[in-house]
Amino acid sequence: MKHSAKGMKTTGGRSLSRRRFLTAAVSVTGLAAAQALFRPLRAQARAVPEDPTRVPGAPPSPYGQRSEFEQATRLAGTSHSLTPLQDLHGIVTPSALHFERHHNGVPVIDPARHRLLIHGLVERPMIFTMDDLKRFPSVSRLAFIECSGNSAREWRAPGGQTVQETHGLMSTSEWTGVALAMVLREVGVKPDAAWMLAEGSDAAAMTRSIPLGPAMEDALLCYAQNGEPLRPEQGYPLRLLLPGWEGNTCIKWLRRLKLGTAPFMTREETSHYTDLMPDGTARQFTMVMEAKSVITHPSGGQQLRPGFVEVRGLAWSGNGRVTVVEVSTDGGRTWQPARLHDLVLPECPTRFTFPWRWEGQEAVLQSRCTDETGYVQPTRQALITVRGLNSVYHYNAIQSWKVARDGRVSNVHA
Amino acid sequence: MCTPEESGELVSSRFVDLRKGGQRGLILGICLAELVGGTTVLAQEKPANYGLGRTATEAEINKWNIDVSPSGDGLPQGQGTVKNGAKVYAKKCAACHGPTGVEGPMVPLVGGRGTLATPEPVKTVGSYWPEATTLYDYIYRAMPYTAPQSLTPDEVYSLIAWLLFRNGIVPERAVMDARTLPAVRMPNRLGFVPDPRPDVPK
Repeated sequence: MKHSAKGMKTTGGRSLSRRRFLTAAVSVTGLAAAQALFRPLRAQARAVPEDPTRVPGAPPSPYGQRSEFEQATRLAGTSHSLTPLQDLHGIVTPSALHFERHHNGVPVIDPARHRLLIHGLVERPMIFTMDDLKRFPSVSRLAFIECSGNSAREWRAPGGQTVQETHGLMSTSEWTGVALAMVLREVGVKPDAAWMLAEGSDAAAMTRSIPLGPAMEDALLCYAQNGEPLRPEQGYPLRLLLPGWEGNTCIKWLRRLKLGTAPFMTREETSHYTDLMPDGTARQFTMVMEAKSVITHPSGGQQLRPGFVEVRGLAWSGNGRVTVVEVSTDGGRTWQPARLHDLVLPECPTRFTFPWRWEGQEAVLQSRCTDETGYVQPTRQALITVRGLNSVYHYNAIQSWKVARDGRVSNVHA
Repeated sequence: MCTPEESGELVSSRFVDLRKGGQRGLILGICLAELVGGTTVLAQEKPANYGLGRTATEAEINKWNIDVSPSGDGLPQGQGTVKNGAKVYAKKCAACHGPTGVEGPMVPLVGGRGTLATPEPVKTVGSYWPEATTLYDYIYRAMPYTAPQSLTPDEVYSLIAWLLFRNGIVPERAVMDARTLPAVRMPNRLGFVPDPRPDVPK
């Protein structure tokens, strides 16, 4: 139901059309039915006035929605969905657009019934409720989570058409929870404990073995994301966060931690999430996501217009802070420094920009980052020289976007 | 270029060290050093006690304690044969993994030996999995996809016997149980190495 701007004029502070509609509906079907009818109408077809300064706007609402003019969505496969990096600004991913990866669906979990069991090589096996965990001193920090399979289609040939398809298994949130070390002190860690099995309460009962040393440093048991409880897809009501480590170690829907002397050799760290090398051996427990960057604008599938173009992108490292990002417009022959925006945080993407003019020439855009350990993001050639083409995971090579003379941008291997 | 089996000695010694907590790759070395430091602190400090949580009961632990380690810890009573495994597989697995474990549509479980160092590696239970115990852990916890944690111990042991037989790892008369399964030597048991990164020169 569309209304003209004129029809939106109001009396007594209420939308005339709304009142008319309600009155008519009530007379026919009764109030309850009218409300049921009205709800979807309001969501789907709100009138757009010619001049929004001449009509009152919408009333407050219990839970806000984005503008009906915005369409960015995740791109979903059968067991994952990809973040639309080309549509995002700054460094935080809206919770509703955080990438997903699950191994047998998103479970429904009542937080009142959820429990975390900690046992194995501990002094006192213990059970914690969500209320218990929220009463501990809390920690909040920004961190990216990147699936180890992010960009996996890029090893052999340019695989994704858009940056969502090439890099969309990386998202960033402010995470809040309790330090794992604090909770483990509560149960008491036995001296011979060296590894921790983390298990989810999804239908995969997803498990990974985590070395206890690094986990005691900065791992969090998270119950909140961007200020509100975790999204179901992100592990509601409780997930593990290992900042900078491959996403599958950050077990979602966390229900159990078991301490032991050795890794538990679950399927996820033997047959899955191991990196096959050219000689047929496979690397195991490749936890850190090494430094990586990508230009999100201009990026694959976009159309450039001549004139000023702000090149924009994200750079991140699982080994700390990004220190330098360089941009090339000639396929890596020459490099110039990009501007790093504020909030350069460890294990968190940094937004970079680079001012450019495009006047119809062919160009190949690349970004290359360096992190605080001195590690420099490699070229694809350097990466495959060492790792071959079969390792699937941990592809962090420099991404190339070709700008054609007609302004179309596409994924290429430069 | 050598196969995992040929390079096994080197890989093996590093891998065993990894699990024993000896010398190992960079990350794991750091892990251990930090752990030793961390546990020293834990032992010296009186644990900060917030009085939160409660002691878990044996029953609560047993209900969720479903993991199985390479040592065999966690394996339940029960046993399975290749013959019974073929029946269970046909009924509960073949729809996704194919009639003989090769066809799919989901990941192949059988075959692939000798392909890991080729341009088209086929990673299966027989060609890739380093530990036989992982089969018990994973099949029980996550399979069948539509009904995880529904198989009986005898069904899981039988499936494992069938899968190992089809991959040429155990004979057709093999019986799998809590004693025999951890003793199975997987073909690719020496094929895994610790993380050596950073590995790409500047």
